[in-house]
Amino acid sequence: MIVKGRTHLYGDNIDTDRIIPGKYTKTLDMSDLANHVLEDLDPEFRTKVKQGDILVAGDNFGCGSSREQAPLALQAAGISAVVAQSFARIFFRNAINIGLPVIEAPDHTIADGDDIEIDFSEGNITNASRQEQYQGTQMPDVMINILAADGLVNFLKENGKYELS
Amino acid sequence: MGQTIIEKIISKHAGKPVIKNEIAIVSVDGVMASDTTAPLAIKAFREMGGKKVWDSDKAFLVIDHASPAPNERIANLHSMMRDFANEQGIKLYDVGEGICHQLMVENGHVKPGQLFLGADSHTCTYGALGAFATGVGSTDLAGTMLTGKTWLKVPATIKIIFEGRFPQGTSAKDLILHVVGMVGIEGATYKAVEFTGPALEDLSLSSRMTIANMTIEMGGKAGFVDTTGLELPYSFEDIKPDADAVYEKVITVDVSALQPTVAVPHSPDNVAPIQDVVGTPIHQAFIGSCTNGRLEDLHAAAEILKGKKIHEQVRFIIGPASQEVFNEALSDGTVEILSKAGVKFIPSGCGPCVGTHQGIPGKGENVISATNRNFQGRMGNRDSQIYLGSPATVALSALHGKITDPSTLHKEEILI
Repeated sequence: MIVKGRTHLYGDNIDTDRIIPGKYTKTLDMSDLANHVLEDLDPEFRTKVKQGDILVAGDNFGCGSSREQAPLALQAAGISAVVAQSFARIFFRNAINIGLPVIEAPDHTIADGDDIEIDFSEGNITNASRQEQYQGTQMPDVMINILAADGLVNFLKENGKYELS
Repeated sequence: MGQTIIEKIISKHAGKPVIKNEIAIVSVDGVMASDTTAPLAIKAFREMGGKKVWDSDKAFLVIDHASPAPNERIANLHSMMRDFANEQGIKLYDVGEGICHQLMVENGHVKPGQLFLGADSHTCTYGALGAFATGVGSTDLAGTMLTGKTWLKVPATIKIIFEGRFPQGTSAKDLILHVVGMVGIEGATYKAVEFTGPALEDLSLSSRMTIANMTIEMGGKAGFVDTTGLELPYSFEDIKPDADAVYEKVITVDVSALQPTVAVPHSPDNVAPIQDVVGTPIHQAFIGSCTNGRLEDLHAAAEILKGKKIHEQVRFIIGPASQEVFNEALSDGTVEILSKAGVKFIPSGCGPCVGTHQGIPGKGENVISATNRNFQGRMGNRDSQIYLGSPATVALSALHGKITDPSTLHKEEILI
């Protein structure tokens, strides 16, 4: 799977309260989430983001709450993938479970507005704007398979049970 | 090779011996979801083709995060949860009965040695009674409601040994804030944290819950408090690590040197000794949440506020961790002391801590709060500042209208 897009860069320790504040999480309407995504971090984000864009961050992206509304809000706003130097555990798992591709790339030096291409099969990122390439961290097979099924709902619908490989 | 406690508990649930970094499919003893996470979990469960929860005695729903319902949209989500609980024959705790983590422990839904999943990051609280418990998202929870299992990577364990005794004016909250500051917001990511040592042996279950609760504020997958000295109303196996268990890291903390500690805006690991912020004006004070809403926390506040009035510029809100806690505080006179001092009680729930309702601060205001997170906007307003502290620090600061050091309390009283 290959995802290409233009990046929006943010820093370290972007917590889930800033991705989608708790007061907006109680909904099943994904457009409610999209309307408030990242508003406490960057009030302009909602108007800047375009369908297919890629979110890029530093360390510990998605720390804090277990709210799955965080990756859902990014996905509903049009974000097609998230690259970070590292992720908080629950966010990473939630993103894969809802079919939002995420990749940990500890050494990336991607800047805001770069055009990048992520090859999830090879686990690497090509930065067309800077002629650079970054290696991503390998995910366990169980996660690769869940992502390949476009999320845990489809995975369990098809398989009926968990499988490690 | 020997095993850590966490490796032992996971091995039992994997049906084979496992050690750190192995990936295993495990059986799950119980699951819980709140009104933030249950509606999405129910939706995902149905989309997976789920008809019947794997074991109706092992799934629990709690309406606590926006409770009582602040608006029509949320009221409808609550109805969806009640309908699902009725259809599935599972236990639902309704408005004001309590905060999910308090209810799971208080009602014996989670026990030592068990493996429990909650669709809430503070599920790690149950490590206080010797369970492996971790937070997951809604879809993961739906997967377990369907299959009774989940997959996980066995975490390496960081061991923290607490030596010495708690000095006057300090509590479990000061200790865990100190540790979060030391380890950092991502210092335990993907790891389990085992809390042990002589300083913990006399601690109540409530204090142990405060410690385990904030493991997630270091990124931890699970916290585990050594069960030595733990008293529960039933007998349980005291699981100990093997002598040759392998740890990621071992840290020793001298509790005797602990000072009242606060986390300053905007991160729970941004901690400072209270002296650094003494005198900061306070507009709102809050005691509650899964971190510090229990009877001993209300007692700590009542001890400070007995016969006094809080500062006229401060709004002091308390949300007990459960109705049971409130009832006990009512019976023993604590509620009367606090109410006469000017405290406003709200129904048990998460509202102010997570910024849904019942205590959103105004622009430019400072809040002193006995909760777990002070991220920007956490309490519902990005332009407010949240300081985290112990219940004693919150109560004394509310009394004086500014952040005040509870370790000086005794001296102050003599001066007055």
